[in-house]
Amino acid sequence: MTLDEQPRTGGEPSRKGFFTDTSVCIGCKACEVACKEWNAVPEDGLDFTAMSYDNSGGLGADTWRHVAFIEQRQPLGGQETGVGRTTTTVDLGMPLPRPPGADTGPEERGEFRWLMSSDVCKHCTSAACLDVCPTGALFRTEFDTVVVQQDICNGCGYCVPACPYGVIDKREGDGRAWKCTMCYDRLGAGMEPACAKACPTDSIQYGDLDELRQRADARVERLQEAGITSARLYGRDPHDGVDGTGAFFLLLDEPEVYGLPPDPVVTTRDLASMWRHAGVAAAALLAGVALAFAGRRR
Amino acid sequence: MSTSDVTKDGITGARPDRDALTGATRPGRRRRRRGEQLMVPDAEFGSYYGKPVLNQVPWAESDIAGYLFLGGLAGASSGLAAGAHVTGRPALATAMKLTALAAISGSVVALVHDLGRPARFVNMLRVFKPTSPMSVGSWLLAGYGPLAGAAAISDLTGLLPRAGTAATLAAALGGAAVAAYTAPLICDTAVPAWHDGYREMPFVFVGSAAAAAGGAGMLAAPMAQALSARRAAVAGAVLETLALYRMRARMGLAAQTYDRGRAGRLMKAATTLTVAGATGAVLLGGRSRLAAALSGAALLAGSACTRFGVFCAGTASAADPKYTVVPQRARLRARAGDLADREEPADTVRGN
Repeated sequence: MTLDEQPRTGGEPSRKGFFTDTSVCIGCKACEVACKEWNAVPEDGLDFTAMSYDNSGGLGADTWRHVAFIEQRQPLGGQETGVGRTTTTVDLGMPLPRPPGADTGPEERGEFRWLMSSDVCKHCTSAACLDVCPTGALFRTEFDTVVVQQDICNGCGYCVPACPYGVIDKREGDGRAWKCTMCYDRLGAGMEPACAKACPTDSIQYGDLDELRQRADARVERLQEAGITSARLYGRDPHDGVDGTGAFFLLLDEPEVYGLPPDPVVTTRDLASMWRHAGVAAAALLAGVALAFAGRRR
Repeated sequence: MSTSDVTKDGITGARPDRDALTGATRPGRRRRRRGEQLMVPDAEFGSYYGKPVLNQVPWAESDIAGYLFLGGLAGASSGLAAGAHVTGRPALATAMKLTALAAISGSVVALVHDLGRPARFVNMLRVFKPTSPMSVGSWLLAGYGPLAGAAAISDLTGLLPRAGTAATLAAALGGAAVAAYTAPLICDTAVPAWHDGYREMPFVFVGSAAAAAGGAGMLAAPMAQALSARRAAVAGAVLETLALYRMRARMGLAAQTYDRGRAGRLMKAATTLTVAGATGAVLLGGRSRLAAALSGAALLAGSACTRFGVFCAGTASAADPKYTVVPQRARLRARAGDLADREEPADTVRGN
């Protein structure tokens, strides 16, 4: 039985999550800053990567929100961010900025688009980091998020290679493993996580996972209808390799373009088979040693 | 990153599909047949500026690869010690018990040293989690270490001989578990070169452990008592070599990491040393004390090279997004291919 199927008893909070809609991300990095401020995450390097406006590179011990910038020279045309908005505007007769090619058709549009996406810990339903943690420092909260207890973690580092997304990492100088907590302290007080609070375009949405999934389904459908057929949800499927993620995404390209694994699988899915193989190997070792002593004494 | 750039040397990074219409891609509509093996992977694969998907394994090579070697050596040595103890080969038994104690002591030092917070090493025994091979291993070591120590001390001092025998036999059982569990330890990760070899890795490791322990026996025990050590060493070397061959053949793309760079050199050295040591053990191990010692040393070195090579292959496979993305993409395609076969013919447009 997966987390989603477990019946909730009274008083237990529902599963919380993030829906990051990258189609409206403007790359402002307010989420990165808010996360650092709230969680007192140390500095993670002040240099640009020289590849784009990305200056944090990827998720790690000191980067819990990471805004990816992808420049693509592709004849996309403009991204219409107002898709699905129902509010009507009043025409004041002011000259309006028009996207390039809006009047002349796609052939005049720039061969260029920017994809921006704020990456974060996925808070997997089947979380490898949690499974492999030998101390019990990593645990699942009442919100079904995955959090490291820093007073327990002894810095063995096993969670780092276990994570199929490259999220959690050991902090230099500190020695312990750190990652997004989905602002566990704020959640307990009924507040939304700092990144979602700071996001000016609601690209990062926080809430009950059930509701976020419905919202995301509607959003991707509307984008598809509007002709943005590359829009897809990532981590939404409760039957994927990690049984769905608590933080899922709407992407405009294949996941690997954003640095995400296209088909991640929780490594412990194969653990029973690993133990069986190891058991056979251990038995073979004992049998082999016994055989080595068999026969004539010498 | 799917962009091209104009440089002094011309246009670089241009993708063959750069004129494709964005959004025209639908997964599973590519021309790839179901069941097609991705032996020669796509030269093109999507990535974020070529940056790795996984975070790099934070373990120090000397600590953890060293532990893989020492743990295996200790575990298999305890097996040989028990055999020698029971069948009355006291010199071999003593040598193997001391080897096991020394190796497991070194293991524990390496493991504690590798922790980010060494003072908190006892937290390893805070819970027992079968889902964490490291937790299982911690408990195994906590049980096996004292047994190996008791066996060695009883042997050296002659105190409590019955308890010593019991400890020797129990250490043999625990030692086999210690030698084998390190395979799930590294395979239970997202590291492609480790995870994708999880079926064969335990056999590589116990083979390597037996070769090392047998080698140590040949090195330390007089020839008259070392026949069983030679047998174990040769059998271990054969098992290790065959299991490695099979693992690399079955692994898919990540097998490349065992051929290239530092890992490639270590694996080549491992094979050379192991084969040479085993050959020496078979041909000269029973005739010349010097040849036996040299063969034993070669087997020990070969086992160490195997562990360091496996470790390096893992870190190399984690550092390159290719080994994460390409097999996963192939898996998705194979899955989608099952659906597409039932739909209209695949179109050729590929965009992203």
